[in-house]
Parts: sequence; structure tokens; C-alpha cells
Amino acid sequence: MSLSRSGYLIREGFRSITTHGFMSFASVTIIMACLIIMGSVSLLSVNIDVLIKDLENQNEMVAFVEDSVTDVEEARALSLYIEDTPNVANVEFVSRTDAMDAFMSKYDDSLMEGIDETVFRHRFVVTLLDISAMADTKLALENITGIAKVNAHLEYAKTFVTIRNVVTVVSLALICMLVFVSIFIMSNTIKLATFGRREEIAIMKMVGANNSFIRMPFIIEGLVLGIMGGGLAFFAEWGIYELLTGKLMASFTGSFISIVPFRSVALVVLILYLGTGVVVGAVGGTNAIRNYLKV
Amino acid sequence: MVLMRNVTKVYESSNTLALDGVDLTINEGEFVFLVGPSGSGKTTIMKLITGEVRATSGQVIVNDFDITNIKRSKLPKVRRTLGVIFQDYRLIENMTVYDNVAFAMRVVGASARAIRKRVPYVLELVGLEGREKRLPTELSGGEQQRVAIARALVNNPRMIVADEPTGNLDPVRSLELMLLFEKINEMGTTIMVVTHEKELVNAFAKRVITIDGSHIISDGMDGYFGYEFE
Repeated sequence: MSLSRSGYLIREGFRSITTHGFMSFASVTIIMACLIIMGSVSLLSVNIDVLIKDLENQNEMVAFVEDSVTDVEEARALSLYIEDTPNVANVEFVSRTDAMDAFMSKYDDSLMEGIDETVFRHRFVVTLLDISAMADTKLALENITGIAKVNAHLEYAKTFVTIRNVVTVVSLALICMLVFVSIFIMSNTIKLATFGRREEIAIMKMVGANNSFIRMPFIIEGLVLGIMGGGLAFFAEWGIYELLTGKLMASFTGSFISIVPFRSVALVVLILYLGTGVVVGAVGGTNAIRNYLKV
Repeated sequence: MVLMRNVTKVYESSNTLALDGVDLTINEGEFVFLVGPSGSGKTTIMKLITGEVRATSGQVIVNDFDITNIKRSKLPKVRRTLGVIFQDYRLIENMTVYDNVAFAMRVVGASARAIRKRVPYVLELVGLEGREKRLPTELSGGEQQRVAIARALVNNPRMIVADEPTGNLDPVRSLELMLLFEKINEMGTTIMVVTHEKELVNAFAKRVITIDGSHIISDGMDGYFGYEFE
């Protein structure tokens, strides 16, 4: 395609945006709104995911060594078998002495009168890679010779996994729905532009313009509107996120909640917003013109 | 050049028989009037030539392209060999005279240099020099139709198809327009004019094809046969 022809097509795309100023403004605003809702849901999902991962890391299992194993070194040697167990992220040995000290530091000393450390077992604090496989890991640890029993909060693990799955499904469904809504609105906006120019399109067809030539200004229009919507949505999202997380952090000072800083995901958000804008614009533009090209 | 062999066209949506076994040949460089009453099939013949509709059966060849079952993607190539003119001019109102004509060259990928060279020449040919910067609404009906002719001519088509081109013009302007078509025809372009106007047809000793009831009922060089359409 020659430079003058490309220039003409690009000029036509921009001309249509200014000619249908109000509709262009409406398109950009709606794309922006959809992207902000979509982005907010995604960022919420990212934060919930990070939170769940934190909680997962804190959700430990305790593997107790059999009473018959009294020697500390003998008990510690079991860590080799535990580390080799699938899904084990980290193993920490706690001797019966350390266990008793920890217990005593938590409770009243009078409770421990007349009781010595042999009441406690040597134990391992085990953290997992994936808490959804906690039940299998528990079983595997219990099968290790020298391990008497394993304490694990299976119900917590199940809850975390359920929450994560629900958040993922809801986010995906919302994202799909909003992309569809954006494409639909973009198509209709450009359809209005094409309706106003249907005579022009009919003349183009009659003098022998091919479909790609006719389609190109409408796709350029859609792309420009999509990119504008994506760019503006990015900055709006940034502002909203900083404002809300600032307020949230102020309310939960000192709590376990940690918020993902926007800067750490800014590039990904920008790429996704612009990418979605480009897709919505291109698909919307192509869709809008389709019916007029059948002559 | 147009060649139609045993062409039948039925509009399925309304189950209307528009053409019934029509045979028609228009040779390169001819000037032809196509006459007939409303609903006789004139517009269908024109639409078959421009590829807007397809024949239900038979064969249609236009400027050496067999367009009977041509793919849509190939139609632009055929249309670039044709210039089409309508009764209502179909000009783009927010474009100047120059741009309306240049537009037809731009859409087929002509260079800016070629456009600058060709458009003024064609505007002069149709007698619109000095009107380049006017908008269509600032021109008379005859002038608007001349812009449409310039647009049809600018890509140097092998054939011009004009559908009731004088329908909105007074007799003097109509005659001027026909003289312009004659001039274009003398330069080698095939002309087909679809019209109702008896006086206009008889003012020129050209081939007249009369169509009625989906059939060609006469075809000759003797001008208008006195067939009353209305």
C-alpha cells in the first residue's frame, strides 16, 4: 500500500472520530468504564490470590515423631524422608524440649508443674507447596516409619481453595462479559458512523474499491477509540486503586493484610488495557462494517 | 462489452420474475439506449452488469470477465472497468467537486500525482472547469450530473452505464448531457443509457433495446418504435 493511500485511510479514520464527536466520546467512556470494572475485579482477584498464598504459607502441618524415638538426632534424621515427600515446601524440626519451652511461654507455668518434657514428642513443622493436595501429603507423611501422626487443618485448606476458585471463576466470567459488552457497544457506535456514510460506502463499492480499503478507516477509528479508552482507563484505575488501597491500609494498620502495590502490576495492567482496547476496537470496527460490504 | 446468454433472474424474496431468458450483446465502443416501462427489467439488467445481483440462470460476461458466478472478492476488478451514473447523482455532499471525482481514483489506489493530473482534465472534459472547489449543493442539477459523469470517467472505464441520467433535468440540460455522452463514446468508451425519454432517444440515431415483461421485445438502430410505456 502506497504512503499516500495509507495516509488517506488514516486521515479518514480520524475524520470519522471528529465528525461523530459525541458517539466517539460515548465509546471511549464506555470502554473506559468496562475496563475499569474489569481491571478492578482482576486486581481484587490478584490481591485475594496473594492473600490466600500468604495464608497458605501460614497453614502448616505438624508431623509428630513416635514416642519410641527419644534421641534427638535420630528424630531429626527423619527430616530427610519428609523433605522427599511430594508437595513439601519446607520442614522445620522442633525437639520435645523446644516444644515444651514454646508451650510454657504461651501458658501459665503452674500448668506444667510436675510434668517433664517427655510428655511432648519431637515434631516437624511442615509447610506445603499446594494446600489443595494437603490430604494426600498428610497420608504420605503418616506412612513414613517413625512418624506417629500428622495434624493438619484440612477444612481450612479446603476453604482457601474454594475461595480462590470462586474468585477466579467470577473474575473470568466478568472479564468475558465485559469484553463482549465493550465489543457490542463499539460495534454499534461504529455502525452509526457507517450508517451516516452508507452512501459513500455504496459509491466506493461501485467504483471498484475492495473491501479491505473500505474497512480500513473504520478499523482505524475503532483502534484509536479502543486505545484511547484503554489508556484513559489505565490512569483512572491507577488513581482509584491508590485511593482505595490507601484508605484500606489506613483502616487495617498493623493487620496481616498486605496489598499489592499498583506500580508492581502497572505494566501488565497497561498492556492488558491497551491490548483489550485494540481487540475491542478492531473487532468492533470489523463487525460494524460487515453488512455494508455484501453488495 | 456485455454478453448475456439466456439470462433469467428471479428475485427470491418476492418471487418476482425480472428477466426471462434474455440474450443481449453490446459490443465494444457501442452507444445503446435501453428503454422500457417501470418494472420491465431495465434496472435488473443494469444490476447484473455491475454485479449487484446475480443471474438465477444463464451467463453474464462484462468487459471479458465472466461474472455469472464470480467471487465477491473479484468484483472490484470488474467494476473498475465500468463507470456507473445514477438518476440522483449520488455525490458525497460534504466533499467538493474536485474531491468527489478524486475520491473515485483514491479508492482504486491511484497515486496523488496521477490524481492531480487526471481530475482537472476530466472536469474540463465535462465542462466543470472553475467549479472544483464548489460543494454539490452549490451546483445545478445538470452540473451535479456532470460531476457524476466525471467521477464515472475518471478511472478511464471501458463502459459507462447510466441509469435514467436525465430523470431530474430539463430538456435542454438533458440534451447537453446526451451530447456529452456522445462525445465520450466517440473517444472509445461503450455507453449504455437506461431511459424513459422518447424525444431524447429519437434525437440520436443510436441502437435502442426495448424491454418489457421481462423480455427484450425489440432491438435495432431505428430509434424509438413508438411503444407506449406509461
